[in-house]
Amino acid sequence: MMANLDKSYSSVLSLLLIVTLGIPLCNLLFPADSALHFSAYSVSLIGKYLCFALLGLSLDMVWGYAGILVLGQGAFFALGGYAMGMYLMRQIGSRGVYGDALLPDFMVFLNWKQLPWYWHGFEHFGFALLMVVLVPGVLAFVFGWLAFRSRVTGVYLSIITQALTYALLLAFFRNEMGFGGNNGLTDFKDILGFNIQSEAVRSVLLLASGASLIAALLLCRWIVNSKLGRVVTAIRDQESRVRFLGYRVELFKLWVFVFSAMLAGVAGALYVPQVGIINPSEFSPLNSLEIVIWVAVGGRGTLYGAIIGAVLVNYAKTVLTGLMPEIWLFSLGAVFVLVTLLLPDGIVGLLKRQRQTLAAKTGLKTGVASA
Amino acid sequence: MMPLTHSEDVVASALVSDGVDTRHGPVLYMEDVSVSFDGFKALNHLSLYINDGELRCVIGPNGAGKTTLMDVITGKTRPDSGTVFFGQTIDLLELDEPAIAQAGICRKFQKPSVFDALTVFENLELALKTDKRTWSTLFHKLNQQQRHRIHEVLTTIGLSSLINQPAGILSHGQKQWLEIGMLLMQEPKVMLVDEPIAGMTHQEIERTAELLLSLQGKHSLVVVEHDMEFVRSIARKVTVLHEGSVLTEGTMDEVQNDPRVIQVYLGG
Repeated sequence: MMANLDKSYSSVLSLLLIVTLGIPLCNLLFPADSALHFSAYSVSLIGKYLCFALLGLSLDMVWGYAGILVLGQGAFFALGGYAMGMYLMRQIGSRGVYGDALLPDFMVFLNWKQLPWYWHGFEHFGFALLMVVLVPGVLAFVFGWLAFRSRVTGVYLSIITQALTYALLLAFFRNEMGFGGNNGLTDFKDILGFNIQSEAVRSVLLLASGASLIAALLLCRWIVNSKLGRVVTAIRDQESRVRFLGYRVELFKLWVFVFSAMLAGVAGALYVPQVGIINPSEFSPLNSLEIVIWVAVGGRGTLYGAIIGAVLVNYAKTVLTGLMPEIWLFSLGAVFVLVTLLLPDGIVGLLKRQRQTLAAKTGLKTGVASA
Repeated sequence: MMPLTHSEDVVASALVSDGVDTRHGPVLYMEDVSVSFDGFKALNHLSLYINDGELRCVIGPNGAGKTTLMDVITGKTRPDSGTVFFGQTIDLLELDEPAIAQAGICRKFQKPSVFDALTVFENLELALKTDKRTWSTLFHKLNQQQRHRIHEVLTTIGLSSLINQPAGILSHGQKQWLEIGMLLMQEPKVMLVDEPIAGMTHQEIERTAELLLSLQGKHSLVVVEHDMEFVRSIARKVTVLHEGSVLTEGTMDEVQNDPRVIQVYLGG
């Protein structure tokens, strides 16, 4: 069983490496009219999928391993995205419609005279990157500290995470919050001095997304294979028993929750420059539910399953919303129901079972007899 | 990142100064402890003393308060009144479950509670007495001595051949043993053992009795069991609980001939 898992894990990892390095390399080597040259549209699309895969991975850590069904993971993604969006807004400088060197357009439009205090520092890329992980991390820390210490678990916890993202959605809609209200942050010009629309920057963003995903996958795998990973799995299965072994269960849950929120923030930060906009709809509870479906479809508690699920569901979304936008939500619901009923272990579980039947048919050993 | 809580400080200071102070004999003191659930008195002014190194059996009919007693000692249930001390100095009512476990009181549950998704080895590894804070756990590597200790316990509980099997596939009796092994890994001062032989074969019961007997002296044990034959085979001193308080204490023969005990068990 372990050997098979390792094999699937390595295949996903190699595939990620090929995509991450291959696409930018092709675009560098082949001219624009070549068949091996990826269009700006597909580069951005694949980059976006990689960000969603990272987001799915972050949810798998907290849901698949720690057993905390977070229905507000999108909130951390959006916060990371806003932090990056703020940097990109400050980069516009005097090239905005109103030509104000300091204030972003929407602030000039609202007749604001000065930059709110929390917008300071975002002109520095390094500061913005720090905020990308710190803001989601601190929110998760405070929220998790209160929830886990009071031993809020199960469905109640899921519902309050949903409420959290909904509250943020409403807050970010308000103009006086200073994040562009309904319209959010957009019209980005450049990143680190390079034109954000240029093909080269798009390739680099894809490369960065792929590299982050690979690094995160390696890191997550190291964590789940550490003793902390085993404690967390034990908490998932028998929370109260772990307390009697002397572990502070709430701190372990908090650790994973904060780590996962930070990963989601990174995913959001990579996503925003590739789609060119961040607005409050990213906080919508529906988005967070979709993430849960990605992980369920792929197979939770495997890490690479979340990546497979995120990419497949989002590819289906791209195709279906292109063909018949009105049926997308119904298909998503149907997929969730079908997966829950027929594939409790997701696609990864299905592949594993098939491989075992195949191995049994050909008379090979299936590895662990119990599996 | 993770602040120490008040209760961890209490344990740390108590252990650093003098460990568990058992100079007066008892390692566990329960005095006048009462617990009620919705008007039902699970423990009723119960007082109980366990001596250092003693093997004590606790018996009593269903609902006598045996499991509640363990819940109070391990911090799962807070009593309405009374005092519970670990040695002379550690007030258990100030500590929560992890702090009590780290102080050296460990528990085997009535229903075997092992982690099915983890291997036998990993179950023991989690129980190992070591720094159990988050970051230390993340970077924890077993050293030679700890590895040796795990193998030693595996031999003691007779599960060496199943070392890399998931605990989920073990038989009921094997799970009971694994959980006893997890207690051993924690090197506790006090072991609370709730119904250790449920689901065991005759042979397994004999080995469990041997194991528990070999532990007294090194650890203090409190064993709750229904099987009178088993209790007779291991107990020096038996405490009989009835309706939340101690009915009587003594050797197995003494308590079995006590007319009050006979009445409680045979109905009155």
